[in-house]
Order: sequence, then C-alpha cells, then structure tokens
Amino acid sequence: MHSATGAGREPALALEQITCTFASRERAGDRYTAVRDTTITVGEGEFVSVVGPTGCGKSTLLNVAAGLLAPSSGRVRVKGSPLTGINRAAGYMFQADSLMPWRSALDNVLAGLEFAGVAPGDAEMRGHAWLARVGLTGFERRFPHQLSGGMRKRVALAQMLILDPKIMLMDEPFSALDVQTRQLMENELLELWSADRKSVLFITHDLEEAIALSDRVIVLSAGPGTHPIGEFVIDLPRPRDVNEIRMTPRFVEIHGDIWHAMKDEVLKGYAQSRKTQ
Amino acid sequence: MTTNTRRARLVLYHTLLLGGVFLFWYAMTEPGLIPPFWFDDPTRAKFFFGQPLKVFQRIWTWFSSGSIYLHLGVTLIETLLAFAIGTLLGLVAGLWLALSPTASTLADPYIKGMNAMPRVILAPIFAVWFGLGIASKVVFGVTLVFFIVFFNVYQGVKEVSPVVLANARMLGASGRQLLRHVYLPSATSWVFSSLHTSIGLAFVGAVVGEYLGSARGVGYLIQQAEGVFDIDTVLAGILVLTVFALILDFIVTRIESRLLVWRPGTAETERL
Repeated sequence: MHSATGAGREPALALEQITCTFASRERAGDRYTAVRDTTITVGEGEFVSVVGPTGCGKSTLLNVAAGLLAPSSGRVRVKGSPLTGINRAAGYMFQADSLMPWRSALDNVLAGLEFAGVAPGDAEMRGHAWLARVGLTGFERRFPHQLSGGMRKRVALAQMLILDPKIMLMDEPFSALDVQTRQLMENELLELWSADRKSVLFITHDLEEAIALSDRVIVLSAGPGTHPIGEFVIDLPRPRDVNEIRMTPRFVEIHGDIWHAMKDEVLKGYAQSRKTQ
Repeated sequence: MTTNTRRARLVLYHTLLLGGVFLFWYAMTEPGLIPPFWFDDPTRAKFFFGQPLKVFQRIWTWFSSGSIYLHLGVTLIETLLAFAIGTLLGLVAGLWLALSPTASTLADPYIKGMNAMPRVILAPIFAVWFGLGIASKVVFGVTLVFFIVFFNVYQGVKEVSPVVLANARMLGASGRQLLRHVYLPSATSWVFSSLHTSIGLAFVGAVVGEYLGSARGVGYLIQQAEGVFDIDTVLAGILVLTVFALILDFIVTRIESRLLVWRPGTAETERL
C-alpha cells in the first residue's frame, strides 16, 4: 500500500488493482477498458478526492466501490473483508437526480429506514431531525420537482446520512449547482463530515473543489485505461471555509503542483474527445 | 377570478357547439322545415339520420319508465369487470415480463402476434365458449384492455431511471422493496395514461359483445332497434353509452390526479 493510513490498521475502503473492461454494444468483439489496474485506498475518517478529466472512468470506479458494478479483475475490500454485492457500509450520493419523484422530501429521507424496517414513528422523528440539519425544515411535504436543485441535493445528502454509513461515496454531487450554491453545499458537507469523520471517496472534475475539501487528492489519467498518475496530501488546516481557503498561498501552491501534473493528461483527454467526435 | 371567467366562457362555448350540432341535425331532418335539396321525399332524411327530439324523447322514456336501468347496469358491470380484470392482468404480466429477461424473450413474438390479431372476430367464439351471458363479454373486453395496459406497464418498468434504481439499492432496498417502491410507482404514470384508452375499449368490448349475441345490455337494445330500422333508438343508445363512457373517463382522471400529485404539472405556480 502506498498510502499512509496509519500503521497496521485496515483502510476503511480499498480498491485493489481494479480493471473494468466493457464490451461494445454496437460492434461485438470491440472492447473498451475504462479503468486499468487502479489501486485506491481510503483511510478511516479520511476525505479522499479523485480528480480526472471528463470521461475518464471516475464514476466507474465509484460504482465498483459501491458494489453496483463488478470489476473485470481486482477486488474491493471494506475494512479488510472482500466486498460481495452491494456495499452495505457505504452511502452513495449520485451526480444525477436520484430522489424518488413520487415521494415527498421527508419520505425520500425516510426511504432507507423504511427499507430496513425501522418503526415509522421513530423513523419520522429522525427524518425531521435530518431535514432540519440540512436546513429544509418546512419542506417536508414538497415533492422533488417542487424543490430547487440545491434543495434536492440536500435531501439526497440527508437521505444518505440518515443511515449513518461508515463510508460516503460521492460522484460529483454538486456539479449541477451554480457556483454560490455549490460553495454553500461544500461548507455544509464539511461541517456534517467533521461531526463524526466518516471515510469519504469524493469524485470531481473540479480541482479546486477537491483541494478545498480533501485530506488527499488522487489524480487520474485520461481514459481509456484510466489509472492514478499522482497523489497529493493536502495539509491545509481544518476547519476550512471552502471560499476563504482558496485565497491562501498554500492552496495556490498545491493547486499549482497538481495542475502541473494534470495538464498533460487534460490535454490528452481533450485531444481524444476531439478525435472521437 | 380570471381563471373562473375563462372556464365559464369555455363551458359556454362547449354548450354552444353542442347546441349548434343538435340544431343543425334538427334543421336537416325535420320534414318540411327546409325545402328538400337532396332527398325527393321530405321524410327520407329523418329515416336515415333520426331526429334529435325523438332521440331525447326515447332517452327520457327509458329513464322515466326505468326500463333502461337493467340494460345499462349489465353493460356497466361488464365494462367494469373487463376493465378491472384486464388492467390487473396487464399490470402483473407487464411487471413480470419487464423484470424477467428470459420470460420476455420467450413470450415476445407471441405477445406481439396476439396483439396484432384482429381480436374482434373472437367475440362469437367467446359467445360459444362462455355462453350469451356476462362472462363472454367480460372475456372479450379483457382481451382488448389487457394489451394496452400490458405494453404501457412494460414500457414504464423499462424506463425506470437507472439512477433512482441504483440509489434505492444503495439505500438497502430488497428485490421486493424495489418492486413496491420503485418499479410500481414509476409504472403508474404509464398505467394511467393507458387507463383512459382502456376504459373506452372495455366499453367497446361490452357493447360489441352484446351486439353480437345477448339478451340484455345497451348493445342488445341497439341491435334490436337496428333490426326494425329504428334509427332514433339506435342513436339514443349510442348517446347514453357516450355519456357513461365520459363519466367513467372523468372518474379515472380524478383518481389519476389524486394518485399522481408528485408529477410535475405543465405550469405550476403556487397561488398565495
């Protein structure tokens, strides 16, 4: 293991030599390797971001970590034990709208408890508490289409956190939001996270977001055959304000380092996307 | 206020349009009202097209004497039974085939074939199999309703958002819970769009079934009247059926808007 996750302790989540190859639907025999030989570990209570150019297979990695997708080779370990099926220790926040449109905000938050068979009265109390924590008191009865994009993300956050997962998997959760809302949500996420320090694997294409939030940033190469090309420890002090921290000299320095490492890959990815068009 | 006046105006226009049609019908069929321009005999138009006043008279005597209720009741029972059974079967089959790839690939050509088959010709066969009572009409109606609901449910389940599905799985939903909390609600909006069509087809099934062989029902009344060229009674029967089909459709719409509150409306702003 190349990551520093504390001597002798099993990482909360470990992706070991993951390779994902997809067979092409249009032409039989055509294969596309989205991710090649990738190893990523997330330590206990660590906030790890994965940054890479668009279309490099970041979401594929996260789906593998969630157990939604079986890798072609390699394996996933959760607290040392190999993962089979859905990763029950993890909560997943999706990039696209993932709320059930036929359920109100409260019922969406309660969904996980309902599936687990928690008594309705008890569940509802916790649901109200979580909606309050994400600042949505008074919106319990609204349906997702009656909420703004930022509110929907908050509901999704509460929906995930009410189950108290040990690992949080986040797939560009705020990429669809405007810059101001996004920064608010990032601060809220950090605040919620600092309360009980879950292990986070956060996927983003936004380097600044990754640095501002994380303990460690992993940079992926351009696809196909994505693999990590660099790993950077972010030693910025916590608690952080994502807006203010962007102005500090250390942030700018780290940003410069990582950007330098990424630049070639971004250009490669760009050239490839132009070729395929 | 403005929406109220607009709605009142719309109702007025609807009434005027309907009144205009009846007035036109009356003017064209009343013997001697306008000089003959097509038929030589002034009573010929009335023979072919009936007369609105006679039609309404017929409807009035049906309802005031109460003789229609037995027939209407039979037709409605057949319609509702065909509708309920057909919808239920369509829902179950649609869910099953959509969720089981093996069953769906196996059944696919047969389902397509049975849907393409002109099923109206089956009505006499059903009469032989199930007798001239209610059963044969219900079965016939079911064959019409089933496919509409089936295809819509199948489509609805296939179109479930993969993200919502993955999210529910991550939240710990079991297979049954996915069916109950994701597939079914997602399919309901498709089911309801099919219910408007299928309630009409259930009616068609009942009436055509009665028309081809029965001793009761509005279809039977129409068939009897046709036998003696009583166009007024035929049209009266059609009119009564139309009104009841509209009422059933209205009920479906009400249930739909109650059950699908979560669906975004076309222009939804909250009035304060």
